[in-house]
Order: sequence, then structure tokens, then C-alpha cells
Amino acid sequence: MSIIMDVMKTAVRLAPGSWLPGGTPDPLMNKHGLIGKPASRIDGPLKVQGKARFAAEVSLPGLVYASLLYSTIARGRIATLETAEAEAAPGVALVMTYRNAPRMAPPPLMMSAPKAAGASGLPIMQDAEIRWNGQPVALVLAQTQEQADHAVSLIRVTYAVAPAVTSFDAAKAKARTPENILGEPSSIEIGDAEKALKDAAFKVDLIYRTPRHNHNAIELHAATVAWNGDQLTVHDATQMVNGTAWTLAQVFGVKEEQVRVLSPYVGGGFGGKGLGDHQILAIAASRLSGRPVRILLSREGVYRVVGGRTTTEQRVALGAKPDGTLAALIHTGVAATPTRNVCPEQFSFPARHLYAANAIKVAQQVTDMDMLANIFMRAPGESVGTYALECAIDELAEAMQLDPIELRRRIEPEKDPTSGTPFSSRHLVEAYRHGAERFGWDRRDPTPRSRREGEWLIGMGCATATYPYYRMPGGAARIRLTADGRAIVQMASHEMGMGTATVQAQHAAERLGLEYEKVSFEYGDTSLPSGTLAGGSSQTASIAAAIIAVSEVLTKELLKLAGNDSPLAGLKPDEVEARDGGLCHVDEPGRFESYVSILKRAHRDELVCEAEAPQPFEMWKYSMHSYGAQFCEVRVNAVTGEIRVSRFLGSFDCGRILNAKTATSQFKGGIIMGLGLALSEETLFDERSGRIMNPSLAEYHVPVHMDVPAIEVIWTDIPDPHSPLGAHGIGEIGITGVGAAVANAVYNATGKRIRELPITLDKLL
Amino acid sequence: MNFTINEHSYEAELDNRTSLLDLLRNHLGFTGTKKGCDQGACGACTVLVDGERINSCLALAVQYQGRAITTIEGVGTAGEMHALQRAFVEHDGFQCGYCTPGQICSAIGMADEIKRGVPSAVTEHVAAHNIDFSNEEIRERMSGNLCRCGAYNGIVEAVRETFAEELAS
Repeated sequence: MSIIMDVMKTAVRLAPGSWLPGGTPDPLMNKHGLIGKPASRIDGPLKVQGKARFAAEVSLPGLVYASLLYSTIARGRIATLETAEAEAAPGVALVMTYRNAPRMAPPPLMMSAPKAAGASGLPIMQDAEIRWNGQPVALVLAQTQEQADHAVSLIRVTYAVAPAVTSFDAAKAKARTPENILGEPSSIEIGDAEKALKDAAFKVDLIYRTPRHNHNAIELHAATVAWNGDQLTVHDATQMVNGTAWTLAQVFGVKEEQVRVLSPYVGGGFGGKGLGDHQILAIAASRLSGRPVRILLSREGVYRVVGGRTTTEQRVALGAKPDGTLAALIHTGVAATPTRNVCPEQFSFPARHLYAANAIKVAQQVTDMDMLANIFMRAPGESVGTYALECAIDELAEAMQLDPIELRRRIEPEKDPTSGTPFSSRHLVEAYRHGAERFGWDRRDPTPRSRREGEWLIGMGCATATYPYYRMPGGAARIRLTADGRAIVQMASHEMGMGTATVQAQHAAERLGLEYEKVSFEYGDTSLPSGTLAGGSSQTASIAAAIIAVSEVLTKELLKLAGNDSPLAGLKPDEVEARDGGLCHVDEPGRFESYVSILKRAHRDELVCEAEAPQPFEMWKYSMHSYGAQFCEVRVNAVTGEIRVSRFLGSFDCGRILNAKTATSQFKGGIIMGLGLALSEETLFDERSGRIMNPSLAEYHVPVHMDVPAIEVIWTDIPDPHSPLGAHGIGEIGITGVGAAVANAVYNATGKRIRELPITLDKLL
Repeated sequence: MNFTINEHSYEAELDNRTSLLDLLRNHLGFTGTKKGCDQGACGACTVLVDGERINSCLALAVQYQGRAITTIEGVGTAGEMHALQRAFVEHDGFQCGYCTPGQICSAIGMADEIKRGVPSAVTEHVAAHNIDFSNEEIRERMSGNLCRCGAYNGIVEAVRETFAEELAS
């Protein structure tokens, strides 16, 4: 990290909170009008009627279909490549390989520039080099998908194989400490944790292993692309429209303004819908052929070119004093990564912020493997990090004969244990109390195997959920206030099912004092003011901050426009508030003028304002995180080892909840993906060949209807005084802690500690 | 080739390899039917053929001439959504909305199977005439329709509310 950044961070930490942008709490955070209401999704009717148009459903005249051929080796060079038969096949418009692909710059690696979106920074189809098993080696365009797929089968490739590092065990032996982990230090040591552990009255020292995972959004990755001269239009399925546009501009040597990316609906993302090789190859093929191109990856194709969560091996060691406080907290380990990659699976992040301990040691390493680049997947790091940490807490509690919730209460910190900064809002103990009460935790017998119904052993477990609060810099919003008293709010943001347009329409209506029906939110198009990515659970706060900023500008402009003939004459922006479709004096509600009247008197059809959100300094000043307590009841068949989750409850502390209906769905969705992580999901990676062996939904088992009981979700709804709307993003926290809650319940049911995910029945027999 | 989709007739020049799913999406513009795996594992492509639910990705279009095909575009009417569609919105039975058309078509086919007395793996008596429209029956019978966003609870609520009421009346 640069010295300037360090100095700025220190300055922000020392500055009084009220100096910072948003330093005074958002007045809307305690308002119970539209905010928090369980409004149904604005786009619901379109989606249930099949009318929402996804990326692969945009029709363009002269469209051709793309199909990809993938390498079958992990490292080496293409030795021979025969394409003549494919070129001659019916309907084929183009066969593209490294020999004829246009020259393209490698996509700038994520985090190397504000809008860089490249996952690996590797060149794409520029040479004969093979860098992972599954790398695209040829692309065919044809009149129909069937013709393109068939032609791909006619291409003959041979390889000169080079030695590859595809074994995690071999790579682990040469693991290295990266410069940083997503901008945070790779390791932190406070005191001598190893010595404190050795001397501790109670201790656990354990290794946990977690496998690779794939996002498996049901919508396959797709793009429909077209060039018009040097203007490029990309109908994409992406969580980062602006990042994609900027990065494509670098790759193809055009200006960012010449690239328009549209992505109004995304059929699930979970971190996996970014910029991959497939869009770039389709765009290159479109340029080469002069035709609009549609690429829709096959399910196997998604596994070959879009990475997922990587495998980890983690050590958690905890030493406790007789009073139940921690003398030592150690969380170290290694994640499998290729050499150039920015997704190190930050499993050590939770241990940096969750619990008080006299001595702390966290450290993360990475490897240099010849494999597909990892891509962030829902709560990257925290999902598998909480599995290890929260299982170890459960094991320690048992060693101390202490209730695991009571242990967590005793190690609750007063300030951030590693940074020393104050928490902006932390009510984890309260979340546990509510959750335990509601779930009936007092009915749990701490002795394993003590509850049985026929063949079924029944157990309960709990674990802490945690995920950071992030707000991304660089987003701007526009408001078009029209003469009929409607507001259109615009920002190039994303909707993958979070309810973005619904929630931000609720927000903007409350902020502007308008009826909900009079506000709409437009997004998913780079022709709108630049948004930030939908990732890191950051989008809600990032959009909210931009809307707050533009609302302030709008108020100023309205007061100017109102002039001296208005009841508002002479008032300053901080003396008015928005209400009933207009502005009024804060203390004299009679001094009011409606937006319609202001615009009418000024002979204006509309008033358009735009503003950028302030820098997210709150993240430097405070330790900002969301929390939760996950409770699970499992039934394990004593004969077959079959595991069934019979009850699940999540009790969350994530600031203000903005829409009770969509928030419930997001929490549940995270929990369900967590059930998959706990019990069934595993991307099988052949350590000999570096090839993914189960690239299909038939062999990668995501939870289905029958695996999911009725889940209960509750929340504290306590606003965070330092975030816009008092809210935190909630897309990722749901999955955290679930793996441990299930594992701890399985232990309570069976007496078996499973320290390697997924917890399949063979591990219980 | 001639196809009957949502009670209308359509002509298409087709490659024999074309799946019913690709016919609908790529050739006739019925993009409400979704492709999630193209190998019968996710259920996103579910449509009704003569009232029965099938994975359209596993069906060759050429075999479905002269059959009554219903897609999501044919569920409900132009002016009014089907009760199940309204219930999906009300119970938030989706997030991204991509698996939703398949879930809805599948649920309509499934409800008919229960009414006809077709047993499932969780039906207590295989020969029972009146099968309960229970959550367990719904979950078992809908397990071929994956939802990665995890809207399963809302889907079950929407399906039960819609068809349990219909069955009772």
C-alpha cells in the first residue's frame, strides 16, 4: 500500500467523525415510512411472465452464434491446429484461433486501476501458449448454434505438453506470502500468539480443509455483441458494467465512451459474472467477421473459463484462560491460486475483527498453480474462513464445558482487535440472544448423540456470521425531476436479484418526499452516470450515497429555481426538507412549495441534477462489519449417515433493513448456498491433469427444493449511524457461518467432528 | 415444420438437431423459456406439452410437431397474470428471475400430477386417490427445478397457496 494512502487513512482515523462526508447520521435512518416496507419487486411481473430480457435474448439482424473449443492440457503449447474441416462445415462464418485473432492487449488486472476488471491479466488467444486446462483455443461462428457446436467438434488440436503445477500439496510446499490480501496486510501479529497458546489453560489447534466451489448461477454466461465502426455495444450478463466497458476499451484500443455495456437483468451472479475471456473472444470474432455475435457458454464452458472459489487449508488454534477469555487466537493457512490472480480467498479476514484475544496471529499464503484464475464467489474468504474459525470456537467451548454462545459473549471485543478502530455498529451479542430465544437453543443437550428419534440422531449447532461493510468510490447518480412531479433516478448499477431498482425507488421516494409510484430507478447501462460494481455487498450503500449527494444538489437547484416569489424564498438547503412532493421549511411546514409548482413557475419541463458520492472515508474511520448468529438443527441417519437440515434460523445485525421482503430472500439465499457449501458442493479438480472433472449441474450438487427446510430470518434493524440510510449490504453475510453451524450441529448429533467440507455421508460412517 | 405453441401455429425451417428449447428461444423468439444447462439437470427450460411438464432442452423439436406446447408466454392471459404468477410476486418466489418461468411451468404440470393421483417418492400410499398438497410433496416434486438464488421457501409458499386453494374449491 502506498505511503500516501497510509497517511490519509491515519488522518481520517484521527479526524472527528462529524468532519467526514456523511459524518452526521442520515436523518432517514430512523424514519419508518417507505424504508423497510416489504414492497414486492418492481420487475416481478416481467420476470414471472418471462418478459425480462437477458443478455442472450437480445436479437440483432445478421446475428451469428459462437462456440468454443477448450484445451485439454494445463500447460504447454499448441503443436498442430487443423481448422480446414470446420471452416468448410455448413453455416460457418469464422474459425478464430491465435493465428487470426485480432491483436488485443491483455485485460488490466482487477484492482490495478479503478475500473480494471480482468480476472487474470493473461493474454487472450494471442499465442500458442496454454496456461490452464480448459483455456479456449478456438472459436467458431456459424448461422445456428447447432452448426457452430458441430464445427467445433471438427477442429483437431495437438499439444506439446509442458510440466504443470496442478497438485495443491506440491504447490503448498512452495507457498508464498503475497504483498497484500486485497489491500490488507497478508499477516498480522499482536503479541506472541504461539507462546500464549502453549501456556493456555484450554486449547485447540486444528486443521480445516475446504474445496473449490462454482457459482452456478442458473443463467449461463452470455453476451450479444456488435460493432458499428469503432462503436461497440455489448449486451452482457455482468455485475460490473462500467468496469467491463473501461477494460474492453483497453483491450481493443478504443475510448471508454465508444463502448456501451447494457445489462438490465442478470440471471444470478454471486461474484461470477464479471469480464471473462468469453466476452472478449466474442467481441474479437465480431470485429473479425463483421457480424453481430451471440456467445452463450455451455454449462461445461462456464466451468472451463469462469473460475470460482478456491480450495483452502486453514489452521485455527485457540488458547483460553480459565475465565473463558482468549489468550491466543491463531488463524493461518494457504489458498490455491494461479500466479496472476487477485482472488486469494481471504479466509483470515473474520479472525481479524471478530473476537478479543491477548495475542493474535493471522497469516495467509498463496500458491503458484497452473489453473484457471479464481473469481470472487459469495463472501470469498469469509464463507470458508468462518467455517474453520467457528468450528474451532465450538470445539474450544466444548473443551471448556462452556455453552458456545456464552464463550462468544466472553470474547466480545470493545474495539476492533487488530486495527484498534472503534466499531461503527456491532450488536452480535444481541443477535445471538434473539436467535437463541427464537430457535429454542436452551433445548440443546451439549452432550453429543443424546437426542434420537428412531434411526435419526438430532443435533443443534450455531456459528457467527460476519461480512465487512464496503462502499465503493466513484459512483454518481442523476435525478430527472419532471414537471408532472415524477423523479427518474439513474445510475449504471446492477440487478441480479437483490431488488436494486425496488429498494432504491423506495429510498429515493422517501428522500424526495414523493409517492413510491412516482419514482423509478434506471440502471444497467453505461450511458447512465457511472455506477460501481455489484460486489462485496457494496452496491446498496454505494448507490444510496450517490442518491443522497444528488438530492442535496437538487434541493439547492430547486431553491434557486423557486426564487423570491416562493414561500421558500430566502431559505437555505439545510433549512428545508422534502415532503409531500415538494420542499418545506423544517420548522414551519406551512412554508411549502411543490416540485410541480416550482417547475411550472420556472417554465421548466424538467430539472436534471447529477452528483458523485463522497469518498467512503467511514470505512477508514471505523471498523464496519455486518454480523449474524446462524442456528441449525440437523437429523443424521444413524444407519446410512444421510444428513438432513430440519430447521435453520439466521439472526442478523446488518444495520437498517431497507425492504423486509427482498432482504429476507437475500438472507435465505445466502443461507441456502451455505447449506450447499456445508453438505454437497465441491468442484472436483484432477490433481494430475488440472482439469475440472464435474463441470455440470448433474455432478456438482447445489441444494434443491427437497434439501431446504422452511428457514427463519430475523434481524436487529439497528441503524449504523455511519452508513447511508444506516444500512449495510446483505448479499453475502447469509452464507457466512452456515458451514460451521451445520458442522457443529452434525457434531452435536453424532459426536463426529468433520473438518473437511463438504460433510458427506461417507465421512460420518 | 409446423408447431403449435400457446394455441398458435408456427412454421420453422429447422436443422434436425435443434432442441425444442433452441427452437423456442433462437428461432421463434419465445425467450421466456430459459437455458440453464442444456442437459436436463436444472429445469429452467421446463415447458408443458399436452399439459405435461418436460425439459425442452432434452427434446428434439422435430418430435413435437402437432403437440400442444405451452410456454411461460402462454401462462395467464395478455391482460391478466395466472394466479401462480401473482403468488410468485407476492411471496418473492424468485430473485434474479431466471429459473422462474421453468419453476412456474413445472408447478402447473406438477399440480396436475397430484390431482391425477400420480404418487411421488414421499407419498405415503402409492395408490392413494387424494394426495395431500403438502410442502413435502411440493418440495419433492419440484426438486428438478434448481434455483441458485435460493428462493425455494417463497416458491413452495406460492405453489401451495395457489393450488391448495384451487384443490379445496
